[in-house]
Amino acid sequence: MAARRFSGVISRSLSLSLRPLSSSLISQGNRCSLGREVERFSTAAALEEPITPPVRKTFPTLDPRTGEVIANVAEGDAEDIDRAVAAARRAFDEGPWPKMTAYERSRILLRFADLLDKHSDDLAALEAWNSGKPYEQALKIELPTVSRLFRYYAGWADKIHGLTVPADGPYHVQTLHEPIGVAGQIVPWNFPLLMFAWKVGPALATGNTIVLKAAEQTPLTAVYAAKLLHEAGLPPGVLNIVSGYGPTAGAALASHMDVDKIAFTGSTDTGKIVQELAAKSNLKPVTLELGGKSPFIVCEDANIDRAVELAHFALFFNQGQCCAAGSRTFVHERVYDEFVEKAKARALRRKVGDPFQKGIEQGPQIDSEQCEKILRYIKSGIESNATLECGGDRIGSKGYYIQPTVFSNVKDDMLIAQDEIFGPVQTILKFKDVDEVIKRANMTRYGLASGVFTKNIDTANKLTRGLRAGTVWVNCFDVFDAAIPFGGYKMSGIGREKGIYSLHNYLQVKAVVTALENPAWL
Amino acid sequence: MAARRMSSLLSSSTTSTLLRSLGNYAGRGNGTSRFSTAAALEEPITPPVTIEHTKLLINGQFVDAASGKTFPTLDPRTGQLIANVAEGDIEDVNRAVAAARKAFDEGPWPRMTAYERSKILLRFADLVEKNADEIAALEAWDNGKPYEQATSDEIPLFIRLFRYYAGWADKIHGLTIQADGPHHVQTLHEPIGVAGQIIPWNFPLLMFSWKVGPALACGNTIVLKTAEQTPLSALYVARLFHEAGLPPGVLNIVSGYGPSAGAALASHMDVDKLAFTGSTQTGKIVLGLAAKSNLKPVTLELGGKSPFIVCEDANVDEAVDLAHAALFYNQGQCCCAGSRTFVHERVYDEFVEKAKARALKRVVGDPFRKGVEQGPQVDSEQFDKILKYIKSGVDSGATLETGGQRFGSNGYYVQPTVFSNVQDDMLIAKDEIFGPVQTILKFKDINEVIRRSNATQFGLAAGVFTQNLDTANTLTRALKAGTVWVNCFDVFDAAIPFGGYKMSGHGREKGIYSLNNYLQVKAVVTHLKNPAWL
Repeated sequence: MAARRFSGVISRSLSLSLRPLSSSLISQGNRCSLGREVERFSTAAALEEPITPPVRKTFPTLDPRTGEVIANVAEGDAEDIDRAVAAARRAFDEGPWPKMTAYERSRILLRFADLLDKHSDDLAALEAWNSGKPYEQALKIELPTVSRLFRYYAGWADKIHGLTVPADGPYHVQTLHEPIGVAGQIVPWNFPLLMFAWKVGPALATGNTIVLKAAEQTPLTAVYAAKLLHEAGLPPGVLNIVSGYGPTAGAALASHMDVDKIAFTGSTDTGKIVQELAAKSNLKPVTLELGGKSPFIVCEDANIDRAVELAHFALFFNQGQCCAAGSRTFVHERVYDEFVEKAKARALRRKVGDPFQKGIEQGPQIDSEQCEKILRYIKSGIESNATLECGGDRIGSKGYYIQPTVFSNVKDDMLIAQDEIFGPVQTILKFKDVDEVIKRANMTRYGLASGVFTKNIDTANKLTRGLRAGTVWVNCFDVFDAAIPFGGYKMSGIGREKGIYSLHNYLQVKAVVTALENPAWL
Repeated sequence: MAARRMSSLLSSSTTSTLLRSLGNYAGRGNGTSRFSTAAALEEPITPPVTIEHTKLLINGQFVDAASGKTFPTLDPRTGQLIANVAEGDIEDVNRAVAAARKAFDEGPWPRMTAYERSKILLRFADLVEKNADEIAALEAWDNGKPYEQATSDEIPLFIRLFRYYAGWADKIHGLTIQADGPHHVQTLHEPIGVAGQIIPWNFPLLMFSWKVGPALACGNTIVLKTAEQTPLSALYVARLFHEAGLPPGVLNIVSGYGPSAGAALASHMDVDKLAFTGSTQTGKIVLGLAAKSNLKPVTLELGGKSPFIVCEDANVDEAVDLAHAALFYNQGQCCCAGSRTFVHERVYDEFVEKAKARALKRVVGDPFRKGVEQGPQVDSEQFDKILKYIKSGVDSGATLETGGQRFGSNGYYVQPTVFSNVQDDMLIAKDEIFGPVQTILKFKDINEVIRRSNATQFGLAAGVFTQNLDTANTLTRALKAGTVWVNCFDVFDAAIPFGGYKMSGHGREKGIYSLNNYLQVKAVVTHLKNPAWL
């Protein structure tokens, strides 16, 4: 069903395709449909010129519901990164993009947002199919957020202000906030389009060009969206997409001497490698959005029913595959038993099934590797004597479905309380007082997010200041507005995405100091 | 004697920029003999200061290194010992970080009001002003820079920077943010924690102020590693800081070497932030160590090969003077030195003639002698490296207009050296020499000089000399450099951000931009019940 619709979309969009796209690409694009090879379409569409890869290597992208092939996708490697960077370099150094007015760039982003809305059914279907997330979640939450983000950044494009600066002598001082150049961006598989928006939005609004590597698990939507961005008027070479693997394409991008900036979202271990590759090559500045083990703190005066519901959502949303997941649920001892009982009941009610079925809350995990890792963590939780309240097994034998799992009586030193599980496994810990929970909440290498549930303003303020985390949600969780900055303390990352703060990631500051002759004032 | 002159300069306080005072020096050169006197051969002048502090500063106490080891810090005029200094190593860095950690996690520093922190910074600035003569003497002695330069340019700038940052302490504003739903959104700009700071030897005190000023204004605690060549002045001013009321453990100073103390600091799991100024090669190592350990964010201020572009319509005399200062200031030991002097072909010959004449007038000698513009290079390693580059310039066919030799036979003095007919592919046009070697290149048109200026791994600074507004604007936008000085150079006001494009670094120091280096952003989102407005 979705496949049919998608191929229809491809021929529609290709009829509007950009000038440099050759007829060979168009005919290839017309032939492609999901379930068969989309490889010609996927890399070439977003590169400046459609190019036949010398080896024509592809890799399969799989349906997490079955483990079966959805499509074979062109596998980008170092040579493809070189071509993409060369295209981005030329588009930045000689192309119209950084030289057009910010208003023109803004309008392209706005047109793109409109196209995203128009195609949101297809995009949501593709996103759900490729990542296993519920179609309704993609359609109702993620796609609207994606177009909202691009409208947000469209609004920033013509509001990049530098400063004029007071001088100590006869000088006129100003700062220019310039685009940094060619941005390399590596996005993960858990929110392929949202992460696309967080990366591409600010980079384009500030006038940069991009080489984006999509995750090998979820290469499909980025290419689709990129196609729409070109329909919206994006000049060729400004956004190049390379599908491929981290150790090959990703490493080539992070090490590239002609890439001026790299932004990465993924695991902390890979983030360290990316930072090292950047340091060893040309010292490109790096933005990192990494792992987390975020505390969700339920104080004794909290509205328990609401806290249970939000804690459930904070952990299980997107099959537990969120870097900001509230994966350490700290509950005050006075309400602990009640909370555990209700959390278990809520987990038992969770609707797991085919993501395209109506009313489904949880689909399969992304792939067999993640599925097995999660099951290992569940085993480790049982062995370390946490109480398994419910769940603990995979569902069925086909695909990567896992039962919503709840552990109580979890201790800080257990692996399930320390590592990022990235799956539907809630771990509920007990605490006595606020100072203790601050200390324990901060006893982690991570510092991405946190949730605080209390009615007391002093408790809320104390926790808000005391928690070492880039986001504190008070009586709410996972509020991801475009204007709210997101990023990590400690080993959860470097820099902030979204909001005004995200613009810095893609701007260089140039101080311009001009000597003044007989100034009227200083 | 020089000390007296310095204080009069200070009190007149008219020297708002480095170049103003350099202009004064230029006037005082009054065409004496080639490279001035044989001062370097004479008995070195005794600096007007005694060495009081040679130990490490940890948790408010001057202490010996855990190993008991010391290293010699040398007088660049002679290569002779000034003092033996406690040599910090991993264990000392661990002790210093533990003190800074405790001072941040439990101490009064991040918990006192910003106004109180601000007052301590202001009192410190006053104390430095009161002791300026001795501090400048220490700086000149350890580094070899002219005492007058330290007194009239650097110490006033140091004080100015701390007063600047004192003013920021109580102006760290977060934002309140519009939400798409019933949420109250705000950002807190919090101190990041324990900052590790590694500073170089070319401007020991100025780099101290660039690093320590913003970190303290934002409420952080610090472990600072000084350069092994110049450990003395930081220890002196750190004592004054404690006199000004800084709580113990907030500022810890470890003297020592890069591969031992520096690497330990960069790799430390309890350091939340690292700031480094030094070479690009070392900067890459520092960033690698930060990545391998705990991913602490890193600010880097690295090397440069900054173009100084003289257009055909420029005031040539002024450009010659400023190009001279841009390169030779501080013995050529500036990361932002105007080390590629691009001159338009129509004025090239005139410029080279005058640049050579100006270099010949440069007064080289004992940094404590009045009127001296140039002292010795910092150490034998730098000295040898510079002479190798000069040889490479001669070998590659550049025209040696003047200089080219060591100056005298004692210490690390190098003759002011000028090369003309330099080509882009010569080593002296590509590498950072970090010495008194001016390389003058010829260009034909603006697009060509933009391309050539940008054809480097560096992007720290640039100078543009023209009377034409369009030329100035074209160059200003196109040059890939963190600072563009138009008809001026080396203007280093506290409010002007400084930092590099490309491999010249990450982040900006000074100005409002520098605060970001020492702040974490925390988004706080609170659910609203029946809000009156959204």
